[in-house]
Amino acid sequence: MTPLQGCLLVSSLLFAIGLAGAVTRRNAILALVGIELMLNAANLNFIAFWRYGAHPEALSGMMIVIFSIAIAAAEAAVGLALIIAIYRHYRTTNLDQMKDLKG
Amino acid sequence: MSPAFIVIAIVTLFAAAAAMSLRNLVHCALSLVVALAGLAALYLALDAQFVGFVQILVYVGAVAILIVFAVLLTRSDTTPNQTVLSPGWGIGIAISAVVFATLGWATLNSPGLPKEMLQAPETTVKNIGDLLMTRYVLPLEVIGLLLTAALIGAVIIAMKEGPQKANSEEQQLKAEKPSSPPLQGGAR
Repeated sequence: MTPLQGCLLVSSLLFAIGLAGAVTRRNAILALVGIELMLNAANLNFIAFWRYGAHPEALSGMMIVIFSIAIAAAEAAVGLALIIAIYRHYRTTNLDQMKDLKG
Repeated sequence: MSPAFIVIAIVTLFAAAAAMSLRNLVHCALSLVVALAGLAALYLALDAQFVGFVQILVYVGAVAILIVFAVLLTRSDTTPNQTVLSPGWGIGIAISAVVFATLGWATLNSPGLPKEMLQAPETTVKNIGDLLMTRYVLPLEVIGLLLTAALIGAVIIAMKEGPQKANSEEQQLKAEKPSSPPLQGGAR
């Protein structure tokens, strides 16, 4: 197993953990945390391919990761604001109890 | 693969699994911090110093605090005996296991992956800033616009109650104004 494959395996396991959490947890906040873990797994892939790729001096993988971190931060802010607004309406963060689109 | 990389990877994966499986939400948030810090260490091990520190600043610094605040703001006193997992969790676990198996199989069987690291490139902040100001200037502006819009949107979404209450408060103020004593008297 080459080092690059080790990185890719770590990131795919991280992605699987995030996916399992996002799909199975009842709590909306933890579903969001799972999505964050999946985004981070993708970032690890970008960094690994940048480091082991043919032209690391172009810094393209690093740039994509910087932009992706910025987008993930925006997504976390909006997602948590949505969760707080929904909690104010339903008094719960349980995803199974949020059944109505129109409250 | 260096032993340091393996140790950091194992710590990161265990912390991520704990963040997804613990019962107490605050414990989940703390394990998430460990997982994100481990990811930052992995970036440092892969010679991406700037990204590692950005990861610590943004994720460990900001996103983790945001999640802890959301946990505190949405704390409910409903039955703690409820199961943590939603019904049909077996299917979710199976799907993620299949995803991991597919990704792992593809990783281990794909030919032509680079075997060795090249010489570490020079990744000073000056280089990154130069690139951000020349080749990536349009994405940078778009990201700035997106962050502004997202933060304003988040504040508006999470704002208390919305416009109706603000209107009613204004009406209350208007209604109170004639009967209330003059401002200076009230201030004293």
